[in-house]
Amino acid sequence: MILSVEDLSALAVTLKLAALTTLILLVVTTPLAWWMARTHWRYRYMLEAVVALPLVLPPTVLGFYLLVMLGSNGPIGKLMIAVGGQPLAFTFAGLVIGSVIYSLPFVLQPLQNAFAAVGPRPLEVAATLRAAPLDRFLSVVVPLARPGFVTAAVLGFAHTLGEFGVVLMIGGNIPGQTRVASIAIFDHVENMDYLHAHWLSGILIGFSFMLLAVVYRFNRKLRLLQS
Amino acid sequence: MNIAARFRIQRDNFLLDADFSIPAQGVSALFGPSGCGKTSLLRAIAGLDHVPHGRLSIGDTNWQSDKVFVPTHQRELGYVFQEASLFPHLDVQGNIEYGLKRVPAAQRKLSVGRLCDLLDVSSLLRRKVSTLSGGERQRVAIARTLAANPKVILMDEPLAGLDQERKLEILDCILAVQREFRIPILYVSHSRDEVSRVADFMLLMATGRIIAQGDVHELFSRLELPLAHDNEAAVVIDAIVSNHDEEYSLSELIFPGGSFMLPRLPQAIGARVRLQLAARDISLTRELQSGTSILNIFPAIVEAIAPAGPAQVIVRLSAAGVPLLARITRKSSTRLDLQPGSVVYAQAKSVALLS
Repeated sequence: MILSVEDLSALAVTLKLAALTTLILLVVTTPLAWWMARTHWRYRYMLEAVVALPLVLPPTVLGFYLLVMLGSNGPIGKLMIAVGGQPLAFTFAGLVIGSVIYSLPFVLQPLQNAFAAVGPRPLEVAATLRAAPLDRFLSVVVPLARPGFVTAAVLGFAHTLGEFGVVLMIGGNIPGQTRVASIAIFDHVENMDYLHAHWLSGILIGFSFMLLAVVYRFNRKLRLLQS
Repeated sequence: MNIAARFRIQRDNFLLDADFSIPAQGVSALFGPSGCGKTSLLRAIAGLDHVPHGRLSIGDTNWQSDKVFVPTHQRELGYVFQEASLFPHLDVQGNIEYGLKRVPAAQRKLSVGRLCDLLDVSSLLRRKVSTLSGGERQRVAIARTLAANPKVILMDEPLAGLDQERKLEILDCILAVQREFRIPILYVSHSRDEVSRVADFMLLMATGRIIAQGDVHELFSRLELPLAHDNEAAVVIDAIVSNHDEEYSLSELIFPGGSFMLPRLPQAIGARVRLQLAARDISLTRELQSGTSILNIFPAIVEAIAPAGPAQVIVRLSAAGVPLLARITRKSSTRLDLQPGSVVYAQAKSVALLS
């Protein structure tokens, strides 16, 4: 076996982190993206800028602030201790929080674009055909925006796979818990173990390529639908 | 039952101020030039736009008042949009059943099968909407609207973008559906031709106001309205096929003011048809002409005369209570000494069959 047990465990942590992050993001960003696609709020651009920040900031900046917030001296860390829990820094839960913030724009933006592309008319038609608001969303918007959901899920997942800086800051590199593939590769390189670094990197490339191929395939379908 | 509405919509440089009450039966046209606020008014009636301080009731049902705003999905109405706006993720049947499924079983009164036959969409049910032609799309959209068993249907220029043949086809469908199911229709259009063909009642709009309302036959002939003064000025007359003359291949149609002879119609005896008489095709004589090729001549009484440019006048006539319009030269009017009350004969050079 080319991959060591530690490498397999790092891949498992990575997949678990990416899956959980994607799931949480889909649930959280769907209402937010829907609101942002339809609101005429004057300061919408401010919110758009804030949620796009993770696109441009060095991940270490995000990781640094998260470490400060989640650590035992940070406000959230103190709150966790006060309610009888553990500070979230250097835990898998902490990684999930970091990943959710880090990958947020990759899930939010495709959804927002897909919702905007649906436009107001199908919803108006559905309203004149007796569909209540939630019914309209589920029976009209979700099917029409389905390529957007696929794109959002795949991009969120793939981007979380590639996470490094945030994890480095708040993860703690604990095998089986917070040690993800990107960190494992870094460690292999540090130890001049290029063979294992090659294998792990190759697997990430192959997997990410497959995911992105799916996205672009769906995007093509989306364009065909609109034309 | 009446549809009573009052809306005041202020938008930038445009004020829509509409206050009306119309009978909720037959087809009522909301007729006016583009940009006069017809669609805004229709959207307010549907509740698609919430106009503050508006009032709207249909029969005993209050849809909007100071304290009440019933959201669109709780109003028992149907809306046919200018573009068919079918759901692309559903096939034709899925579209037609969308509203039907959301109506309680006890309220489903129309036979969807019959409805699809009348609109000629029964053979399309399995088709994807992207494969339909423009006319087919709009027929499916109308079927979808009706399947939800609305109490009133709002139609916003449903024939825009279709060729004339398709338009006539769909107008016939609309009339057939209306006759069979008796659902009142509020029909928005800027086309005089469409309104002449379908409407029983008319609300005439101009720049945000309703300037007149009434029966179509009456409104088209009112001299104080711009309708009687444009080049296309014409009246519509409802007549009944009373006889077919097979020897000359003509059909006889009767109306309260007399009878028409038209080239043989396919309709059965007893069928109701709508005719259009253009004011420019009507000439007037004091005595009944005998040596003339014109077949359609009716005795009438002059009710009013109004100038129409420097050389012409427009004359409103009553043929046993049925209003007619004639556009003649001012010189002829003087020569015939036409006054309100004058007895004349109206000769129709040509008569158009509308439906």
